[in-house]
Amino acid sequence: MTLTHGAIDCDIHPTVPSARALLPHLEPYWREHLLRRGLERESFDISAYPSGSPLTARPDWRGANGLAATNLAAIQAQLLDPFRPSAAICNVLHGAQMMMSEDLSLALCRGINNWLIAEFLDRDPRLRASITVPIHSAELAAEEVERLAGDPRFVQILLLAMAELPLGRRQMWPLYKVAEKYRLPIGIHAGSSFRHPPSAGGWGSLYLEDYVSYAQGFAGALNSLLAEGVFQKFPDLKVVLIESGVSWLPASLWRIDKTWRGVRSEVPWLAQLPTEIVRDRVRMTLQPFDSPPDRAALARVLDQIGSDDMLLYSSDYPHWQFDGMDVLPDGLPPALLPKILFDNPRATYPRLAALNPVGETTA
Amino acid sequence: MAKHVVARTAEIPPGGRKLVTVRGREIGIFNLDGEFFALFNRCPHQGAALCSGEIVSRLESALPGDYRLSRPGEMLRCPWHCWEFDIRTGQSWCEPNSVHARTFPVTTEPLVAETVDVTIAERYVVVTL
Ligand code: FES
Repeated sequence: MTLTHGAIDCDIHPTVPSARALLPHLEPYWREHLLRRGLERESFDISAYPSGSPLTARPDWRGANGLAATNLAAIQAQLLDPFRPSAAICNVLHGAQMMMSEDLSLALCRGINNWLIAEFLDRDPRLRASITVPIHSAELAAEEVERLAGDPRFVQILLLAMAELPLGRRQMWPLYKVAEKYRLPIGIHAGSSFRHPPSAGGWGSLYLEDYVSYAQGFAGALNSLLAEGVFQKFPDLKVVLIESGVSWLPASLWRIDKTWRGVRSEVPWLAQLPTEIVRDRVRMTLQPFDSPPDRAALARVLDQIGSDDMLLYSSDYPHWQFDGMDVLPDGLPPALLPKILFDNPRATYPRLAALNPVGETTA
Repeated sequence: MAKHVVARTAEIPPGGRKLVTVRGREIGIFNLDGEFFALFNRCPHQGAALCSGEIVSRLESALPGDYRLSRPGEMLRCPWHCWEFDIRTGQSWCEPNSVHARTFPVTTEPLVAETVDVTIAERYVVVTL
């Protein structure tokens, strides 16, 4: 299905072409640090999205260097001009978020955020971004959020589903506190920092099994946020699951609802069915949509998700989720489209609330 | 609806319970600090013998890290899947608006039982069903 113009695209991926591109955007100390270690020659590709993997970039979107979406001209020509979103949220997937050294991690994340501002946000008013943060240090992540929260073009904070600790743990709370303070949703993107195997059973051999297991990573992250009481502790916090596959959610919620009924006394702060909390506070980007094989089944999945407010349009550009202009999964009910394409993103991201469908912010 | 004498009050001390059968139905009688309550011995979830479950308190918390024990000994935990029910109202804790254990009105009444040479005047537990 093709798209009506003016949608809010909640997940696109500018790609840092090489660490060298970040050098001008780093603080002098860290620029020198990188150069002395020869790190500017590294790609910092993350194993969840290796640049050579077919999923990572649609073939017709790859440039001469084999990478896609490395510069504004490409993003404009391939995404912004043909699909004409009123806004698109840049989520940069990069090893910066998961360096063993938390300080280096912060320095590189800062570099990425500065690069985003200079190369993209300052140059096309349709672009917005998530704040790239060091995912293994909530304190440093919060510091980076504080640095950038005054810039309204940053609309979200970017985490990965699988990190050193389950995302609900209290060590993460300083970040959630600052997210709530600035009304920035926490965007949880598919992927892992690979401190642990993506499958809880151990390290797999092949990309297929890793990638498919990311859906379980989301279930784990969500279960942790629910069980630890993050949604009660931070009553205004919103969470967006980005590139999760979507259709795993209903079964996972049935399971946690069922189990919670019996062990509620272990988590007494969960005074509501977990499903109700999720419908209220969690949103999911549309692509990739792990569609069932037929339309009737798709309608059932949407029914099981049980809320028209949860899905947010995303192209997942330049990841290869669709061909041509068919960015919307087949069979989405037409009545739901205005919500998915526009109303839900606006309601999810306070900083996009004033956006109108032609992409101008009303005063 | 008729009244059925099911026990002498002294048989069920505070915190205690007694399973009785009234018109073919098993009913659990509970004494909470001198007040008596009756619940159908059948869990509304999948039919377990609810009244044989453990008597527990309510563990409450508004926020992680803030813990309160309330209503000591006033909840009944189903022996099968551990759903908890308020002994006073039958209300389930997990879905208070839609899942209830069935309750019956209970009173305690003085009755006089006479035998050949002794008169025992005691209070009795009476279930209306
Ligand atoms: S039968 Fe009682 S909780 Fe399932």
